[in-house]
Amino acid sequence: MADPKISRTNGKHPGGARHAEDLSQEEILRYSRHLIVPEIGLSGQKKLKQARVLLVGAGGLGSPLGLYLAAAGVGHLGIIDFDVVDFTNLQRQLLHGTKDVGRPKLDSARDRIHDINPGVVVEGHETRLTSENALEIMNDYDVIVDGTDNFPTRYLTNDACVILGKPNVYGSIYRFEGQASVFATTDGPCYRCLFREPPPPGLVPSCAEGGVLGVLPGLIGTIQATETLKLLLGIGEPLIGRLLLVDTLAMSFRTVKVRKDPKCPVCGTREQKVLIDYVGFCGIVPHSEDADSDIPEILPSELAERLNRGDEFDLIDVREPHEWDIAHIPGARLVPLDSIVSALSSLDSAREIVVHCKMGGRSARAVRQLQSAGFRKVWNLKGGILRWSDDVDPSTPKY
Amino acid sequence: MAITLHLPTVLAKLSGGKDLEVNGETVGDVVADIAARFPGLGARLRDEDGNPYPFVTFYLNDEDIRFRDGFATPLVNGDELTVVPAIAGG
Repeated sequence: MADPKISRTNGKHPGGARHAEDLSQEEILRYSRHLIVPEIGLSGQKKLKQARVLLVGAGGLGSPLGLYLAAAGVGHLGIIDFDVVDFTNLQRQLLHGTKDVGRPKLDSARDRIHDINPGVVVEGHETRLTSENALEIMNDYDVIVDGTDNFPTRYLTNDACVILGKPNVYGSIYRFEGQASVFATTDGPCYRCLFREPPPPGLVPSCAEGGVLGVLPGLIGTIQATETLKLLLGIGEPLIGRLLLVDTLAMSFRTVKVRKDPKCPVCGTREQKVLIDYVGFCGIVPHSEDADSDIPEILPSELAERLNRGDEFDLIDVREPHEWDIAHIPGARLVPLDSIVSALSSLDSAREIVVHCKMGGRSARAVRQLQSAGFRKVWNLKGGILRWSDDVDPSTPKY
Repeated sequence: MAITLHLPTVLAKLSGGKDLEVNGETVGDVVADIAARFPGLGARLRDEDGNPYPFVTFYLNDEDIRFRDGFATPLVNGDELTVVPAIAGG
């Protein structure tokens, strides 16, 4: 069995979890189904009670993690999140309920976790994980669980885990497929050994852009919770050096090897010894509007005025057909971004064209493509159909 | 020579299917074959110079080809290639 060599941070924590060496009668009853499993038993349950686990993100993956780790009796759960619950979270983020919409996720997570197990200490970190605060926050925990939703935080979490020598229980999802592994153990590979560099911004859609089957984070997050418990208990064979690939449509589970890369700058050559600027590393321009500042824009209110006046122009919607079915702006024509090049011949470069999408990102790329094809009178609808709903027509469904 | 290429759903729409029968003596041959058949997919599998991206990992059976000979890794009948792109959703 691989030895994750979890480092313990002894006795320097506030709160009572470290002092509770023994289980109360109530706890013995609560954890009965663990205690009668020989591989866990009383000693294993005490290990869980003394354990400190940090969840990076309280969203889709963080939800089953928080629920199951709390129920399992992990004594101290740290959660980093600065988000507020919104309606689009409820399809998969079971830590939060309809009544919690508008509340900070940390508050609803704490309430839900304490409802499941009031004995768990929940430590909220209502902040964005950054290169400045990551080492200090993460140093207080035994295991770090990566349930974030973006590349910069994934690389930051990984690198900080390598520097601190703490296991990084990784999970990631997109639409119907997920990945899980355990990185940054003493002899195992890290996330950078698998993906040396992130894709350029915009190439890989997020769940907000591309969607996700609601149950998928439940599945992958539960696998992460399982790996976390195995690491804490020191049992079984954790996903060290292996990447689990889950495809829910085929319902296939397979693992492939992840080797420790001797040339990995973080865990191999160790030429990178400190945390870097991960937003820059991921190619994200800090003020994204600046990058597109030369793209002509039109506000939804201006578009409405032009439509009401009966101005001569074409309104092009570059979203996908299934998005069009949810909501569209009257008078628009659907030309999905992927097919815009083949549709060029059907567009009249002499006419004025307004392009829109959901939020303005894809349509900005469409404007660029049209400009490079010689179109000169093209505008991007600022904020897309979501802002159209906010500013002009609230009857337009938001999604 | 029968080689099977497995694509994730996110890329399968560019080829019309997740599991493709492909041809080639090496992984690079297969990628070139796919790029010729599905130009949109080619750009997602290798850069303009024909090199692998650092954010798309190719597995030959269950082994990362970077620890073999990269795109020069030879293939034999019955091999399975799996494309694993970096995803970030959570």
